[in-house]
Amino acid sequence: MTVQSSSELIERGLARGKMPRAKSGRTYSYVLRGVALLFAAVLALFAWSVIHQSWPAWSTYGLHILTGTNWSPAEENFGGLPLILATLITTGVALLFAVPVGIGTALTLNFLVPRRLAGPLTTTVELLAAVPSVVYGLWGLNVIVPWMSTTVQPWLASLTGGGWPFSGNAIGLGISTASMVLAVMVLPTIVAISRDVIATVPRDLVEGALSLGATRSQVLTRVVLPNAKIGLLGAVSLGAGRALGETIAVAMVIGSSPSMPHSLFSLGSTLASTIATQYIDAPTMHLAALGALAVILMVLTASVNAFARALVRRGTKGTL
Amino acid sequence: MTDLLAQLPPDPMLERRRLVQATAAKTQGRRATRSALFTTLLYACLAIAVVPLFLVIAALIVRGGKVLTWTFLTQAPLQPTIFDQDNIGGVGNAIIGSLVVDGVAALMAVPLGIILGLYLAETETRWANGLRRVTEIMTGLPSILLGIFAFIYIVTNMHAYSGFAAAVALAMLMTPVITKAAETALRSVPRTLTEAGLALGARQSKVSLKVVLPVAAPGIITGVLLALARAIGETAPLLFVIGASIRFEWNPFHSMSALPLMTYEYASAAYDSQHTAAWGVGLILVIIVLLLNVSARLIAAYMRRERH
Repeated sequence: MTVQSSSELIERGLARGKMPRAKSGRTYSYVLRGVALLFAAVLALFAWSVIHQSWPAWSTYGLHILTGTNWSPAEENFGGLPLILATLITTGVALLFAVPVGIGTALTLNFLVPRRLAGPLTTTVELLAAVPSVVYGLWGLNVIVPWMSTTVQPWLASLTGGGWPFSGNAIGLGISTASMVLAVMVLPTIVAISRDVIATVPRDLVEGALSLGATRSQVLTRVVLPNAKIGLLGAVSLGAGRALGETIAVAMVIGSSPSMPHSLFSLGSTLASTIATQYIDAPTMHLAALGALAVILMVLTASVNAFARALVRRGTKGTL
Repeated sequence: MTDLLAQLPPDPMLERRRLVQATAAKTQGRRATRSALFTTLLYACLAIAVVPLFLVIAALIVRGGKVLTWTFLTQAPLQPTIFDQDNIGGVGNAIIGSLVVDGVAALMAVPLGIILGLYLAETETRWANGLRRVTEIMTGLPSILLGIFAFIYIVTNMHAYSGFAAAVALAMLMTPVITKAAETALRSVPRTLTEAGLALGARQSKVSLKVVLPVAAPGIITGVLLALARAIGETAPLLFVIGASIRFEWNPFHSMSALPLMTYEYASAAYDSQHTAAWGVGLILVIIVLLLNVSARLIAAYMRRERH
């Protein structure tokens, strides 16, 4: 056995690694690429199938599906505006509550709570996202609906003297209750992403401001929040995406009435909840119209999510 | 000497500092009050965010806890009548249905997600980046759209509702979650390990499968558990593909039922006993989902401790 120099050993090792790698490394990368291609094809098929199914509705009704104010399958009249409005209103009202509370919670967890408590508290908030939406629906239907009709809605109505936007009967079910349930459901998303974004605000900025004698609220509102602005907008948009597409919980508390919403107490039906409640056993044209709603929903949520992801990526760039 | 100093023009920096300090002193009380108020408000936000979880769990236990008996877990559902309102049977069929549907979904989604994760972790081409973005967006799409997909391709072509169709929809839901987790875990494996493996003469495939994958395994398992937790609670993709059968059914190509579907149906059913059953099934679901989440978190925490 001859003694070999280390450089010789390395050369041999590399050579031995290189030759078979060129040959059977290929199988491995072909498998990876093939699976990736397959998955991309399934995704394309998915998008295409939803669009394809809706085609008869678009070619028969055209833009009436977006602008028509009457959704009545029995008369084959498919105006989707009430559904689009209900979707946007419930999401907007939910964000009205969830955004301040969510960002406030993220600030508290990052800056106020002692580190030992921050972990368990964060977990608690995040577990809120794990609860299935049907359970929120059940809770909404049996706990929030009665509470809304006996306590919250009468109080709101007394604020405006029964006028807009709190007009109508306080029956509990409806747009206001759906918004409340949605607010709880999107809260964990907003908290989790905001927390990540806020954590990337440079520590020096915070400490610099504190050393200049700024108070806690000044540091948080004038240094931390402005610096996290873009990422926070991303967090809110992700929450919005979740609210726009939430199906079961909304379907259980909104009253499933596809009429134009006149007040926050109105019954309503969102894009997703309409699909959920009407899709089974729908005749051909009705099915196509529901498919058209699915297309609207898909375009809406996909663009909101793409926008949100881009913002979050920018908001946390370089530090995560 | 002192005269000379007094004759010097005032230092602008010193002047400014004096001004700032004077203003700070003057506004100190106001700013401190405002800060205290703001802090209280922030703690209130945290309280509001933490309370709902406990409210939901308390409601589930109070309203659904008493219904969880052995009979309830093992029998098939029965239809109550006016004369026998408590005759609801059990949800054993839905437990089996959930097991089968989520099991089949996992069989499809776990390998697919891990391979996609490997691909995305090792590729930096524009097309791989595009796929990564699309996969990310998929996690935010409403799950009911996947139900429509399964309906169009599987229910329509097989002319039957089936657990398999539901499993396909759920697999589509799980795959992006597993892919993301796998990619993140694989990317966090130190580059030196890969290089050492390659330097020893191993092929890329061998290094990836025998060195990198085992190191990343805890992260991938965490992702699989979270994906499973999400899939088990989903109702929307099942609604119009699974068939909601009340029979015991192990064959995924027949119509079956699932736990979230039972909650949905019982919640709006006619009898009080069925509403109680809805809470009971909800409680089972939440227990399963929380267990999966907590174990995923424990694995993630364990992994972090190992690394440091």
